[in-house]
Amino acid sequence: MNAAGFPLLSLLTFLPLAGAAIILFVRGEEAVVARNARWTALWTSLLVFLLSLILWVKFDISSAGFQFEEKLSWLPEFGVGYHMGVDGISVLFVLLSTALTPLCILASWEAIETRVREYMVAFLILETMMVGMFAALDFIIFYVFFEAVLIPMFLIIGVWGGPRRVYAAFKFFLYTLLGSVLMLLAILYLWYNAGTTDIPELFEYQVPRAAQTWIFFAFLASFAVKVPMWPVHTWLPDAHVEAPTAGSVILAGVLLKMGAYGFLRFTLPLLPEASAEFAPLIFVLSVVAVVYTSLVALAQEDMKKLIAYSSVAHMGIVTIGIFTINAQGLSGALFTMLAHGVVSGALFLCVGVLYDRVHSRDILRYGGVAKIMPSYAMVFMLFTMASVGLPGTANFVGEFLVIVGAWRINPWVAFGGALGMVLGAAYMLYLYRRVIFGKITKKDLRALLDLSPREYAVFAPLILLALWMGVYPQPFLDFFEASVAALVQRHEAAMSVSRLAGM
Amino acid sequence: MFVGAIFFPLLGACISGFFGRWIGDKAAQWSTVICMALAAVCGSLSFAQVALSGHPVTVEIVTWMNVGGLDFAWALRYDTLAVVMVAMVTFISTLIHLYSVGYMSHDETPSRFFAYLSLFTFMMLMLVTADNLAQLFFGWEGVGLASYLLIGYWYDRESANRAAMKAFIVNRVGDVSFMLGVALTFYVFGSIEFDTIFAAVPQHLEDRFGGIPALELIGVLLFIGACGKSAQLGLHTWLPDAMEGPTPVSALIHAATMVTAGVFLVCRMSPIFEYAPTALAIVTVVGASTALFAATIGCVQNDIKRVIAYSTCSQLGYMFFAAGVGAYQVAMFHLFTHAFFKALLFLGAGSVIHAMSDEQDIRKMGGIWSKIPITYAVMWIGNLALAGIPFFAGYYSKDAILEAAFASHSGVGMYAFLCGMIAAFLTAFYSWRLLILTFHGAPRADHHTMEHVHESPAVMLIPLLLLAVGAVLTGYVFAPLFIGEHEHGFWHGSIVNAAHNHILHAMHEVPAWVPLGPTVMGVGGIALAYVFYMLAPDLPGRLATAFRGIYLFLLNKWYFDELYDAIFVRPARRLAAVFWKTGDAQIIDGMPNGAASLAVGVARGAVRIQTGRVANYAFAMIIGLVVFVSLFLIGR
Repeated sequence: MNAAGFPLLSLLTFLPLAGAAIILFVRGEEAVVARNARWTALWTSLLVFLLSLILWVKFDISSAGFQFEEKLSWLPEFGVGYHMGVDGISVLFVLLSTALTPLCILASWEAIETRVREYMVAFLILETMMVGMFAALDFIIFYVFFEAVLIPMFLIIGVWGGPRRVYAAFKFFLYTLLGSVLMLLAILYLWYNAGTTDIPELFEYQVPRAAQTWIFFAFLASFAVKVPMWPVHTWLPDAHVEAPTAGSVILAGVLLKMGAYGFLRFTLPLLPEASAEFAPLIFVLSVVAVVYTSLVALAQEDMKKLIAYSSVAHMGIVTIGIFTINAQGLSGALFTMLAHGVVSGALFLCVGVLYDRVHSRDILRYGGVAKIMPSYAMVFMLFTMASVGLPGTANFVGEFLVIVGAWRINPWVAFGGALGMVLGAAYMLYLYRRVIFGKITKKDLRALLDLSPREYAVFAPLILLALWMGVYPQPFLDFFEASVAALVQRHEAAMSVSRLAGM
Repeated sequence: MFVGAIFFPLLGACISGFFGRWIGDKAAQWSTVICMALAAVCGSLSFAQVALSGHPVTVEIVTWMNVGGLDFAWALRYDTLAVVMVAMVTFISTLIHLYSVGYMSHDETPSRFFAYLSLFTFMMLMLVTADNLAQLFFGWEGVGLASYLLIGYWYDRESANRAAMKAFIVNRVGDVSFMLGVALTFYVFGSIEFDTIFAAVPQHLEDRFGGIPALELIGVLLFIGACGKSAQLGLHTWLPDAMEGPTPVSALIHAATMVTAGVFLVCRMSPIFEYAPTALAIVTVVGASTALFAATIGCVQNDIKRVIAYSTCSQLGYMFFAAGVGAYQVAMFHLFTHAFFKALLFLGAGSVIHAMSDEQDIRKMGGIWSKIPITYAVMWIGNLALAGIPFFAGYYSKDAILEAAFASHSGVGMYAFLCGMIAAFLTAFYSWRLLILTFHGAPRADHHTMEHVHESPAVMLIPLLLLAVGAVLTGYVFAPLFIGEHEHGFWHGSIVNAAHNHILHAMHEVPAWVPLGPTVMGVGGIALAYVFYMLAPDLPGRLATAFRGIYLFLLNKWYFDELYDAIFVRPARRLAAVFWKTGDAQIIDGMPNGAASLAVGVARGAVRIQTGRVANYAFAMIIGLVVFVSLFLIGR
């Protein structure tokens, strides 16, 4: 049953908590505590990452089913159990979470100076919640993790954030929570009618056509906020701007993927007819998101806000891909999610590098940085191009597949998605030009130092990933191929049944 | 050998780009030159094997993507079409690398420059040897990136940054169309690999997509992509601005290689275009219009590089309409010869700029021919070839294009022929205008500059001389292979002419005056330039005042930039501001913020009621009681 031979997923999920506990028990002088907390957090997260590599090696890519399953009965009389497992859709997100966490801890090494211990604890708890969410195979467990992610993130923004952190944190929390409440209702309905919250078992249950519509919208309310889709995206720029660098990285890298993951895991398989019926709505919202937020990004004067808006545009591509419900579209969506996790995370880190030195995110505060930080300029260029979707970098593969998939549904949707290529180039190059190119006009910029070895260590894995995923994406695509094929097949089967019923 | 031709430049780029700071600028420069030379050797050998002996090869490297039937690999496809480009690109790029060693000798970061230049060459080679549309797109975007980096190479100049961005974004507009073309190709053929597509064309002749024949739509979409890269009318605005880059860049990217990628694309997709007559007609009309349009602008520009840039734009138009009338071989031939003489012209211009202490305005030159005789001589050769004077390279290819246009006997063909003829006249005119203003007459530069006028070092002159040889000989030597009697064996099926397309025979049977026409036009243009700028130098000024409207129209490049600024750029900015300040901040955020302030207001009100005085509470209770009792009584 379990390819690892031991409860790997639970270990991955709860090991960070153990690390957090250790950090909490450290006592002593503040400097000592801070140092201990940093190292403990780093080692814990690295250990988790190394363990998670077992998933990469041992995962059977030919199977569409759940693997590394663990099952404990918890509330058997209610049909609720502790059930963990991953399939091709979720496995890489577990890896993404475990890979980004150590990088984030490394990136916060010097940037966080106050309450280091609490910060590291919050980050490790965050990792637990993220991994748990992607690995959960019981709807209740999923829901718990899905909501609990908000708490450490809320604290990270609210305590270690910028000047308007409290507003941003509350906005983030309330927005995402409100949507989720509706999802809880839908879960209750499903549990009441299907008698279980076990996800594989729920897949066997056919939701009545009439109920599909309102459940679809209940799910949509929750997932759309998390994605975020237009027009419920405005919490994201605020949250990003105020969050510390590492918080932004996780927010963009992993938390934004939760909504899209929800669509893939629940909406498509459980509500096939409603998904097909309301796909046009999603397409419209997504295309609006791509065009609208790209334009808004063009007008930004805050680096982080610009990248935050670009994230919304990229996630628009993802939602287009998901609702094409064909092999290229779904694979493209999944791939874009991964690629965006790497590239967007890296872009926030790039901003963080400058922020750590100058303490400003204002674009006009910079200019001519290339002269004094050539290596940094090169790294930033690489990720700028990756964000623009240059072939040979990660984002291209995803966008290309989504556009090819979308064309099969409707060429105008493909066109709308492709417009993002032009606008994306416009805002990213405009950003790059104003920050990196030009003459140095601000005197204090001359004293900046190029990347430190620690920063190289943070960027190196991301650069490798961004290029690897672009040039040779097949190992990643192989992971979700079987699951995506099964999802498409399942959807088509459901649709043909309903078509027969309609005749 | 096949792999080497392509990956040596990448190796050079990596050495220079990543280790340039440790190994020093000299070592970095020469390592890229050596890598390029090795690539050129490999390229020539491949040319000999594939094109001359007729053994096409495909080297598959590794799977790129395989998703639900969409399956393609990284592969190097060496057929004649590809190998012509590989040989040409590696050869010219090597010369330009060499030239740059001299040209960039005073630069601060030459290793960065050479890394970009080699990276560009690699991307261009990936483009031409692509085995599928996605890989072609990889090269396509890769050269776009390199072009962006090189145009903006002097990044502390605001104008260079602007030009670089413009180039990238305008190209992207074309790329959107390209991407959609690829998506449609997959939709129709279920594959994007060339072999599979081309083999399946006969089964899909009748396919329609949204009421339009699918092949036509693919053709048009891909052609719009080509328009972006090859600076055709409508998407040409970036090319003149791209002259902000260092001159070797203009020579390599914006004359000889990258901008011809669009022509290459049309030729590569010839099996599809052959069955898309409307798409071909569009190609012809756009190409012919560009040829004429760019030539008219070239006549009044004053920046030496911009004149040549518009000339490039115009020559690309020739190539497109050659392809448009079905004479792909002729288009490729002109592409090939043009690469030599246009690179020569740009490098010659670079040599002039170098001599004139970075002056680019031809109004401030003059009277320098005796000081830089070799540059002067090679510029003559380049212009003779460009103007299509007999026995120089351009003569063979341009004549062939015009003959093909005439021989096509279609309305669009005749339009192209007419445009081409007038453009030939204008080409000769502006070439000699350039030549005379730059080298002859009284010196118009200041004394200080004139003292420093000097011939360039050998490392720059050798490439110039080699290219000059190319500009003289390539036409005569390669004409029989590209478009003459050996044409069929040479191309070996890499370019497809449908059974109904006899253009390559028909073009040899046109009336006798047609082949003579371009020469007459060329000589006429040269004569007019002599009249205007040697014999009666005040005539152009008087004409400009007399026809001020037309002059300004041409000088301002038909107001395309202003038009686009008004239609796209400014509205986009305004829209962006509206979306952000009104859409996001007021409407979307207004709702939750409004809800929040509502809740706060209610809470404040509630707080005010709770005064803590017993009397107030008692009063409220009594009121409540009264209300309830009365409701109860009424309700009963």
